[in-house]
Amino acid sequence: MRIRVEAVSYRYPSGVQALQEVSFSVDPGETVAIVGENGAGKTTLARHLNGLLRPQSGAISIGDWDARLHSVAQLSSRVGYVFQSPDDQLFARTVREEVAFGPRNLGWESARVRECADSALVEAGLSDSADRHPYDLSPSERKFVALAATLAMRTPIVILDEPTTGLDASGVDRLSEIVSALSRAGVSLVIISHDLDFCIEHVERALVMTQGRIVADGPVKEVFLEPELLAQAQLRQPQLIRLARGLGIPFAPSTVEEFIQGYRSRRR
Amino acid sequence: MIAVQDLTYTYPGAKDPALSRLSLTVPAGQVCAVIGANGAGKSTLCHALTGFIPHFFRGTLQGELRVADLSIPDTPLAELAGTIGLVFQNPFNQITGARFSVLEEVAFGLENLGIPREEILDRCRSALELTGLQNLADRSPFDLSGGQMQRLAIASMLAMRPRLLVLDEPTSQLDPAGTEAVFLHLRQLASTGQTTVLLVEHKLEWIAAFADRVLVLSAGSLAADGPPRQVLGSADLERAGLRPNRYTLVARRAQELGLASAAPLPVTLEQAVEFLG
Repeated sequence: MRIRVEAVSYRYPSGVQALQEVSFSVDPGETVAIVGENGAGKTTLARHLNGLLRPQSGAISIGDWDARLHSVAQLSSRVGYVFQSPDDQLFARTVREEVAFGPRNLGWESARVRECADSALVEAGLSDSADRHPYDLSPSERKFVALAATLAMRTPIVILDEPTTGLDASGVDRLSEIVSALSRAGVSLVIISHDLDFCIEHVERALVMTQGRIVADGPVKEVFLEPELLAQAQLRQPQLIRLARGLGIPFAPSTVEEFIQGYRSRRR
Repeated sequence: MIAVQDLTYTYPGAKDPALSRLSLTVPAGQVCAVIGANGAGKSTLCHALTGFIPHFFRGTLQGELRVADLSIPDTPLAELAGTIGLVFQNPFNQITGARFSVLEEVAFGLENLGIPREEILDRCRSALELTGLQNLADRSPFDLSGGQMQRLAIASMLAMRPRLLVLDEPTSQLDPAGTEAVFLHLRQLASTGQTTVLLVEHKLEWIAAFADRVLVLSAGSLAADGPPRQVLGSADLERAGLRPNRYTLVARRAQELGLASAAPLPVTLEQAVEFLG
């Protein structure tokens, strides 16, 4: 499903101008990273996409809906949003209840609720924890509970806010599989992250935000090749690009294997 | 500074210990990074070194646990507060909620220690500057972004100038420039010899560049302990459920394919450029 954001500005009641004339669109099935410094406005922008915040000027459409005319509950059937901190969104007494809450609230019949919740638990690797209390799980497992709760709603758009934070290697692998599966299923995916190493492996396009504005928007392998642009947003190039640059090979590998191919052909 | 001997700790109601016969000594002025898979006992170690275990979390503790010549189980938390500082994993848990501005929040701990007013202001200003929050001093702590709030949690502890500073994933929400600033400062703080730093961190690239020593925890025990290049480039890392950073992975693959020598694997960008160049 398409997301269209046109000239959106937002100022918090405290006076902080978090977004200034932000415009971009995401095509159906596209995977996009939004990167930028702390306080750049990334999370504020994401909260506009599911109606938690309303634009003070400008317009947002989610598919054929004008987001301003739909409630958060309505928008949640189209936009799944996994918060930066899972504790901002978990409240049920068991993992299974937590994951079934969204589909049930969408008014689905109980057989479909169960089916979607169960398959989301499997996809997030939580089948064994389904009957546990979310707060008896470690913070990283709680992150997967929050993710499963969103997957269960089968939304055509999913937003992940800092998904790799606090995950170890096997957690990142699990997350990678989920992200790839969403992408294969044609879900439009927006990943907010400082983890550019993760982004370059998983997205096609990157938006760079700094101080409430989008300063770059293009294919991830082009945007991440610009160290000065990233530095403006307090970011650094992914490790593989920095290594390639250090060796004088100007390319943007997204995986170790891709790096090795480029390295080999240069040595020949 | 830290002397841990045969430490075993079990959370209330838990079957298995979270820390199991852990022994560790850390001299003053060292920067020690603690790494390990989720559930390896990293946060538990942070809580034990700062007295939250056993004074707050209870449970059963065996073995010896001393920091700055204080026996942690025998010293009340309030007495530890001026000597040992903990930056929590989730900054939201650290913010007092009782102060209206970022500056007041940073001053909170110092006020409770009875530090003179002028000194409080000096220390707060320098902590805010070090964490890049000087322009947000008057803002409400609750009007900060996730990353800014994490900087505030760090600033509050820096201002306390503890002899042992324990940080549990202090940069998880920080952008790279903010992460670098925190690491540079911790490095500098430790080099004065006044402060010892122990931090839990997933970002291996920063650990490789800034830590003196890396401790790998696995199932509550020490699985490896040594200088960054030795530990982060070794097979112990993967046995503990961790993955080397991309510099090490590329170098290892190049080695496997006969494209590079058998030298010790690199763990930083500079080492990797030299290794592959």
